[in-house]
Amino acid sequence: MNSITLNADLAAISRLVVEGAMLVYTFAFLAFALHLSQLASTKKSVRAGASRLERVGIALLALAAIIHGVGVVLRGISASRVPWANMYEFSITGSFIVVAIFLIALTIKDIRLLATFVAGFNLLILGTADTIFYVAVKSLMPALQSYWLVIHVLVAVLATAFFNIAAGLSIAYIFKTAKWVKASKLKGVATFRRILALFPKEDKLERLAYRFNIIGFILWTFTLIAGAIWAERAWHRYWGWDTKEVWTFIIWTIYAGYLHANATRGWSGKRSAWLGIVGFVAILFNFTVVNLFFKGLHVYSGLK
Amino acid sequence: MLSSQPSSEEVKSPEIGLLGWLRWIWRQLTSMRTALILLLLLAAAAVPGSVFPQRSADPNGVTAYFKANPALAPVLDKIQLFDVYTSAWFSAIYILLFISLIGCVLPRTVAHSRALRQPPVQTPRNLKRMPAYQAVEPTGKKTQDALLAKAHVLLKKQGYRVALEGDSSNGSVSAERGYLRETGNLVFHLSLIGVLIAVGVGGGLSYSGQRVLVEGESFVNNLAGYDSFSPGTFFDESHLVPFSVRLDKFEVDFYRDQTLKNKANAGTPTDFRAFVTTTLGSTGEQSAGRVRVNEPLAMPNANVYLTGNGYAPSITIRDASGQVVYSGATPFLPQDANYTSLGVIKVTDVPKQYGIISFFYPTVGTLESGALTSLYPDAAIPLLSMNIYQGDLGINDGEPKNVFALDVENMTQIAGGKSGVKGLRLQLGETVKLPKDLGTVTFDGLKRFASLDVSYNPGGVWVLIFALLSLAGVTTSLLVPRRRVWVRKTETGFEVAALARGDDPVLERVVSELIAELAPNKKASKKVAKSAASPKQKVEDE
Ligand code: HEM
Repeated sequence: MNSITLNADLAAISRLVVEGAMLVYTFAFLAFALHLSQLASTKKSVRAGASRLERVGIALLALAAIIHGVGVVLRGISASRVPWANMYEFSITGSFIVVAIFLIALTIKDIRLLATFVAGFNLLILGTADTIFYVAVKSLMPALQSYWLVIHVLVAVLATAFFNIAAGLSIAYIFKTAKWVKASKLKGVATFRRILALFPKEDKLERLAYRFNIIGFILWTFTLIAGAIWAERAWHRYWGWDTKEVWTFIIWTIYAGYLHANATRGWSGKRSAWLGIVGFVAILFNFTVVNLFFKGLHVYSGLK
Repeated sequence: MLSSQPSSEEVKSPEIGLLGWLRWIWRQLTSMRTALILLLLLAAAAVPGSVFPQRSADPNGVTAYFKANPALAPVLDKIQLFDVYTSAWFSAIYILLFISLIGCVLPRTVAHSRALRQPPVQTPRNLKRMPAYQAVEPTGKKTQDALLAKAHVLLKKQGYRVALEGDSSNGSVSAERGYLRETGNLVFHLSLIGVLIAVGVGGGLSYSGQRVLVEGESFVNNLAGYDSFSPGTFFDESHLVPFSVRLDKFEVDFYRDQTLKNKANAGTPTDFRAFVTTTLGSTGEQSAGRVRVNEPLAMPNANVYLTGNGYAPSITIRDASGQVVYSGATPFLPQDANYTSLGVIKVTDVPKQYGIISFFYPTVGTLESGALTSLYPDAAIPLLSMNIYQGDLGINDGEPKNVFALDVENMTQIAGGKSGVKGLRLQLGETVKLPKDLGTVTFDGLKRFASLDVSYNPGGVWVLIFALLSLAGVTTSLLVPRRRVWVRKTETGFEVAALARGDDPVLERVVSELIAELAPNKKASKKVAKSAASPKQKVEDE
């Protein structure tokens, strides 16, 4: 039973690879940012050259994603298990899934303009993971040795990725519909307005966000149920209002509210977009503040 | 869709004041907006339970909070901030929410079951106003003649409910699909009621009891058999099926680092196994079992879980005459990852009572400060250290005392600390003299103990069934598109229109594809540029 082999060298390589991916994300992010600023230019010649830059950016993003994916897989191999058992691993795997879903969705829907957001977000997450959350490979504590780790956490990561992209779309929607953006005479805001004008129309943004959110909600519902089943096995009760359970419930309820808002007169549009953003903030809060500072049974950050 | 929203009754006559008010309140309570606000309130109300320690999940945390904030804690307690999830205000929100849910879903269930038995709605006069619309003309006589029959067959094959209106020379086909969307929505909401009931009833019938067992010890499944026990509201001792559990052996695996490459991981526990023998009270049938974390042992009306473990050093104390005054394996509570453990021994069968506060180090080492520590969780170089206190142990005043604590306030230290006598240190097998001619203490052997939790919740399986039903319901409701499609003959050609009820990503495509099949060689002419209507139809608009 004691046959787990940990490979610290491989883990070190994995970390280097992930750091390499961060470098490529940085270039992708710069390319997208530059692309946006060119698109926002008042000069036609500048705008015309922008689409090449965008293609470069997408290629860089795809390259970063591949390197990132290799880093994640190496981390899993180095630990002889799924690479999502502590906050560091959850971060690198989760952000990989975000970029993977984004790239897949890109082949179906034109959401290119979200690329800046995705590249920036992943850079931020990986940076935090590498500097604050990093822990050496460790074997799993007995409570985590369960196939529910594979199912429950993987689905939670997937749900988070869908909510994440939806939140990006909702943020764009909020800016696009904001009165101060529409009315302001400031030069900076005017540039910003031109960038926003490149995004899909408002109602299209809203609809896209809704579609990512419903997938996220179904996956989150599953996460909640799977978590309860696992808790019944590991903690002798399926629900005990442990801090993590509380926040899973809160997030679920906020998104249920979001879905209702979309069907309630006076609540679709801006208010529902805000609810989607609040829901995602709650997810980030659950993952960072609750993990690190709240007392509870889910102490798997691996940090002391 | 919401039949609880009659709009024609706005004008109330004064005679039915009370009834009118009640109706108004009911209508408000069962409106979508109220449901939404109650949901958000529920989310907000759940937050404090993660900020303040809760009696149900963390009773020690509550005690500590009272100690740290003696002025504030009673105030917070008054507004039930230590019992958020059973508090009056939290309960009020979810009870209102569920009343609203019932009031909202029941009428919809009735309406939906009626709609399921009715043909699709009549084709609207002006199809051009629909969110997706295309027309083809002229089509030629052959296509036109076959049109409606063909549309009828095609749509039916695609799972639409279809009605032919008018005659085949001048009429239309009206079709609707996706009734499952509303069915899923209703199943989802109704299952939530099931979840709530199963949680309530199951919780009332549930129990959980805790028991610490040293290797070789056993306990019986009755109230006296447990160190602590928490029953649900409807629990009765007769629910406990008689059986006993003996802990034969407890095994732990620690990660060993032969290569010295993973120092950080050395000593991490990788597996805990409790081997037990269970005996059924009714038949006396014995069987061997194993309990692991994540792998409880199923007994009749009970699951046996492994929740903790540690060392239980066997200690024998003899008085000056050689008479045994204390003997047994005492569980020591682990204090850190390397199992530095704390235990308390109370010696009462002597003229002057004394107590021992003892630390156990499975693999002893010395810190720079000279203090002892444990370097590794397995018992490689086991050592016991003891400080001894003489005085009243408070055993005789009848109050239950924590076996892991010794109140030394009114006692005199006679070994260790500033007592002038060195604390005792014992290696495995060693016998050491007690101070003040109290006799000797022997570290005879080392056992392990397991903390077991015996729990039962008959509602669990029902909660799961309803939760899975609601998952299936919500998935269906969110992913099955519901839409109406119409095909109508015009003078020289035909027109096709579609309307989504709820989100429908492929509305336009449905129309184009239908046209392509009905008139394979023709190009649709009038394409309405307007994209589909708002993403979600407002329920209350219907
Ligand atoms: C425990 C409380 C409730 C929860 C957790 C909840 C959750 C949800 C969720 C997740 C959805 C979207 C999925 C679906 O359409 O099936 C939904 C839709 C819906 N809910 Fe609720 N709900 C609750 C109470 C209510 C109440 C009280 C009402 C009535 C006022 C209501 C009316 C509706 C309606 C009409 C829809 C369909 C909206 C649409 O067309 O998208 N719900 N609910």
